[in-house]
Amino acid sequence: MRNDIAINKTNLKEKISQDKNKEKLVIEVKNLSAYFGKVKVLKEINLSIPKNKVIAIIGPSGCGKSTFLRSLNRMHEIVGGTITGEILLDGKNIMKLDPVLLRRKVGMVFQKPNPFPTMSIFNNVVSGLKLNGIKDKKILAEAAEQSLTHAALWDEVKDRLHESALGLSGGQQQRLCIARSLAIKPEILLMDEPASALDPLSTSKIEQLIHNLKAEFTIVIVTHNMQQAARVSDKTAFFYMGELIEFDSTSKLFTNPSVKKTEDYITGRFG
Amino acid sequence: MLRQEFLYGVLKKGGAVLVNKRLNFIRRKSTNYVMLSLTFLSVVIAVIPLLFIFYYTISKGFTYLNLDFFISMPKPVGQEGGGMANAIIGTFILIGIGGAIGLPVGIFAGIYLAEFGNNKFGSTVRFLADVLSGIPSIVVGVVAYTIVVLPMHHFSAFAGGVALAILMIPTVTRTTEEMIRLVPHSYREAGLALGIPKWKTSLVIILKSAWKGIATGILLAIARAAGETAPLLFTALGNRFWSTKIFQPIASLTVYIYDYAKSPFTEWNEQAWTASLILIALISIISLLFKILTRSKY
Repeated sequence: MRNDIAINKTNLKEKISQDKNKEKLVIEVKNLSAYFGKVKVLKEINLSIPKNKVIAIIGPSGCGKSTFLRSLNRMHEIVGGTITGEILLDGKNIMKLDPVLLRRKVGMVFQKPNPFPTMSIFNNVVSGLKLNGIKDKKILAEAAEQSLTHAALWDEVKDRLHESALGLSGGQQQRLCIARSLAIKPEILLMDEPASALDPLSTSKIEQLIHNLKAEFTIVIVTHNMQQAARVSDKTAFFYMGELIEFDSTSKLFTNPSVKKTEDYITGRFG
Repeated sequence: MLRQEFLYGVLKKGGAVLVNKRLNFIRRKSTNYVMLSLTFLSVVIAVIPLLFIFYYTISKGFTYLNLDFFISMPKPVGQEGGGMANAIIGTFILIGIGGAIGLPVGIFAGIYLAEFGNNKFGSTVRFLADVLSGIPSIVVGVVAYTIVVLPMHHFSAFAGGVALAILMIPTVTRTTEEMIRLVPHSYREAGLALGIPKWKTSLVIILKSAWKGIATGILLAIARAAGETAPLLFTALGNRFWSTKIFQPIASLTVYIYDYAKSPFTEWNEQAWTASLILIALISIISLLFKILTRSKY
């Protein structure tokens, strides 16, 4: 009897510590508004991103999904945008961090594959390291193999590492871009519709990849494809007209949304 | 009644349209032929001077084209043979000095304009560069004379190089800027998103992608500088003797062509043709080298 209680207690402790792990937040967005000039494209967003989870962001075109994503690594400001409010990365305000250092922690994959055209496959993968001063060939080779393996591309390119990156197919190029982002070992990977320019087979490869990467990285993915959001993510945020309408676990949001607008959107009644 | 009239009108009109269609077709076809012939004629007219240049420089310049012309010095009037070794090396030195000053300035200015030039200062610089590229080279020569030759109290290869650099800068600046602007924004974003500092992204990723176009601009600038005579008359002056000293007057092919072509001696006139032939060949070789050097690896 006493034994049972003791076991229960340890179970409980484990459970609590697991819960704590689960609830560990990497990014906390507080009252975030984003502007292009005077146009307010994001309106007072509050959202927390837990560690080692995949967060999907869905919503119709122009709803501010991409702007939200680009605010997280301060890419929003390089096109002349501004933000108000706070974004905390591990408790630190990112606006007070150096943008270059921030972007090494928060990597990004873009909608269209954009490998550097003048570099080989190998140099593309290690470009982030090389251009930040790492010259040791052994380290670079290891990083390249690791990142390409992570991005499920190693087997396909290991014999042609020193050929042009432009010789790869679109899907391979996109995985190469993912490998390139992973090589600098970010904590968070932002993906801006990473599969929207790809065929179904490449898309499913990328989705599989996202699933595997979750163990080591936190992923925020913007997608137009709701099935994709449902397949890959743990939590989903629905944006509409610059506002965060609903943010909940993916299964809840897609099966039993609490806001009418979300339901209308995911059932295709508008948007 | 009204309806019938209307229909009749339409039918009549329809017939007219058919006739018109035939006429239109013939007119369109003939206009096409006329325009096509005109463009072809223009191409022929544009190419004729080039053919003439090749014909004359090759046929007339061939007489003196031998190894001696490249390795020996000019001989006084009346003596057979002689070459322009000093002028050939002089042209290389002048282009070298001009390039050493003009190319880095031009390239960096181009990068600046492309990356940070979207403001009033940028558009002013851009405008000035365009004006500068249109300024007659003789005026550049006079200016170089005033700012370099006068303070130094003598003509020099350096002064000539400065004049050529001034001529190179606007071309290189504007092509560099245009070529950098052609590089898709996505590469810049990719670089920045990898945590690569902005200057490194511009210098390594963007410049590398734009390099082919920039090289073409550099080539044009060098070719133009190699062919300049007027600005060298007041600056490098020319030299009948062997000289590779930067702060002494120096010979150049173009100034030799100028001197020899206007001289009353047939021999010299013929040597001027040979020098022209070498100059053209030199510029062609530079073009070819650049083409080979900038050929992309992939």
